Amino acid sequence: MSTDTAIEARHVVKAFGQGDGAVRALDDVSVEIRKGEFFTLLGPSGCGKTTLLRLIAGFEMPTDGTILLDGADITYLPPNQRPVNTVFQSYALFPHLTVAQNIAFGLQMLGKPAAEVKARTEKMIALVQLDAMAGRKTSQLSGGQQQRVALARALAPQPKVLLLDEPLSALDYKLRKEMQIELKRLQLETGITFVFVTHDQEEALTMSDRVGVMSSGKLQQVGSPREIYTAPRNRFVASFIGETNFLPATVVPGGVRLGCGAMVEMSGLAGSGPTTLTIRPEQVRLADAAEPGAIAAQVSNLVYFGTDTHCYLSLADGAEVIARLQSPSNGEVGLQKGQSVALRFVPGAAQVLAD
Amino acid sequence: MADRNFSASHLPGFTQIALLVFALLYLPIAVLVVYSFNAGTTSGLWEGFSFRWYGTAWQNDAVQSATLRSLGIAVSASIIATFCATLAALGTTRRKSFRGQTFIYVMINQPLMVPEIVTAVALLIFFASIKVATGYQGLGYLIAAHSAFCIPFAYLPIRARLEGMDLSLETAAADLYATPWMTFRRVTLPLLAPGIIAGAMLAFVISLDDVVITEFVKSGGQDTLPTYMMGQLRRVMTPEVNAISSVLLALTVLLLTAFFLLTRKND
Repeated sequence: MSTDTAIEARHVVKAFGQGDGAVRALDDVSVEIRKGEFFTLLGPSGCGKTTLLRLIAGFEMPTDGTILLDGADITYLPPNQRPVNTVFQSYALFPHLTVAQNIAFGLQMLGKPAAEVKARTEKMIALVQLDAMAGRKTSQLSGGQQQRVALARALAPQPKVLLLDEPLSALDYKLRKEMQIELKRLQLETGITFVFVTHDQEEALTMSDRVGVMSSGKLQQVGSPREIYTAPRNRFVASFIGETNFLPATVVPGGVRLGCGAMVEMSGLAGSGPTTLTIRPEQVRLADAAEPGAIAAQVSNLVYFGTDTHCYLSLADGAEVIARLQSPSNGEVGLQKGQSVALRFVPGAAQVLAD
Repeated sequence: MADRNFSASHLPGFTQIALLVFALLYLPIAVLVVYSFNAGTTSGLWEGFSFRWYGTAWQNDAVQSATLRSLGIAVSASIIATFCATLAALGTTRRKSFRGQTFIYVMINQPLMVPEIVTAVALLIFFASIKVATGYQGLGYLIAAHSAFCIPFAYLPIRARLEGMDLSLETAAADLYATPWMTFRRVTLPLLAPGIIAGAMLAFVISLDDVVITEFVKSGGQDTLPTYMMGQLRRVMTPEVNAISSVLLALTVLLLTAFFLLTRKND
């Protein structure tokens, strides 16, 4: 492990229950989270992302495996001895304390001198722009303000890693957008490693330096948002992040052959035999039938989405491809249902999936 | 009228029955309080307004010592019962569920279910043997007995408060470097306080007016206010008993109002 690793999970297993009824919430998960990065754990509910977060926080102990923080084994350390703080989904603000007292809590528990606690609390209140609210009880705040208090409270002790458990899920759409920008700003200003858990792929793509996609207790792929989107490793990642087309295909020399008989040129493919080709709808273009690589298709449906129009295209073997076409200014893409057209894939955009 | 808008107040005779029930509940108490101000010597014949019996009761040595004894027992018993009930409530809510949890729950609430007279006789026999063995005759027996039957009354509001508490608050405290003890002191206890105070007040009121167990357990000369009043009934009944009852009533109403306000707040 390199010195710029903040958190490392090694072969972590977490099973709930005993014997045959045991459920593996985490199944041999290994991941390295770098210092100062905004790392997102993305996956559907029940995929184990929150469990991994709780193991890093120390709220639960793994069944097997090791968790390291700055190279030191923290697997079985109680939460109060880990320099890691959490922003809870429910915020978990102390209702009997004021905003300032909530934010000061961690610093007081660390035994910091009163003057330092006060100065640091004031700084954090200013950082999340709650100066006017410092003396209020948290129940008197709006959802967005409570969110800010939860953030300030977790950031105040200057943790090595900040864990965020779906912190934006309780906010309405507009506020969520604002908080996304706010979170990114706070992460850049403080330089603290953020580990963010979400089921919202848009949140993951827009905020993260790297994303870990999880499903069924396993880490499916780790990479930058761009890598995850453009080069998904498997069918789950491809379908969970954004929309995509899946086409049955066969690997042949020089590319793959689709079910309809059309050849898609690709290089560097290993092996041969049946596989699945994936192509994003925005990488499918209409083409001239005479163009090399053009595939004959028939328009089966058109759905207008404002800026885009989704064009459902049937290939000769019945396989369906969705093309996302930019809507012209008058909103008419100039196609009719049943019309025969040709399509092509943007070169290099099609991917062959491992499974 | 639609079914989903069913309201008991629309049933025939609702108002009349409600008035009758309230009259049955409160008329006797109202009469008792009114006659505590009677200038005459009986509780049945009104002879004019006077504070005479309040004065008589105040200066009555037997009433004074019984009142002090009652208050002493109630304060001690409610403190002990609340302490035990708090530990019991923490023990039954702040841990993973375990085998026999329901059994423990029933055991804690046993005084609510076992007939009081049974407990009273059992304690009489049990304490008698201890008295013989140790020679101790003091108020300890009464305090112990009162503490025991007050526990469920203190336990229920404390447990209800603990169960309503967001567990993630304690997790958050641990996350913010609080040791288990500091988490309890700085988060759990302050949030639990209204439940503890409510439980203590309920225990206090229950202890203050107990007759059955006290009558069986007390030694000679250990009358509490309720047992003293019962003793008076066997003789000539004067409005002095009404006056004492009225004061007890006022105290109880005061405490129960505070209890109500405390449990309602923060919800």
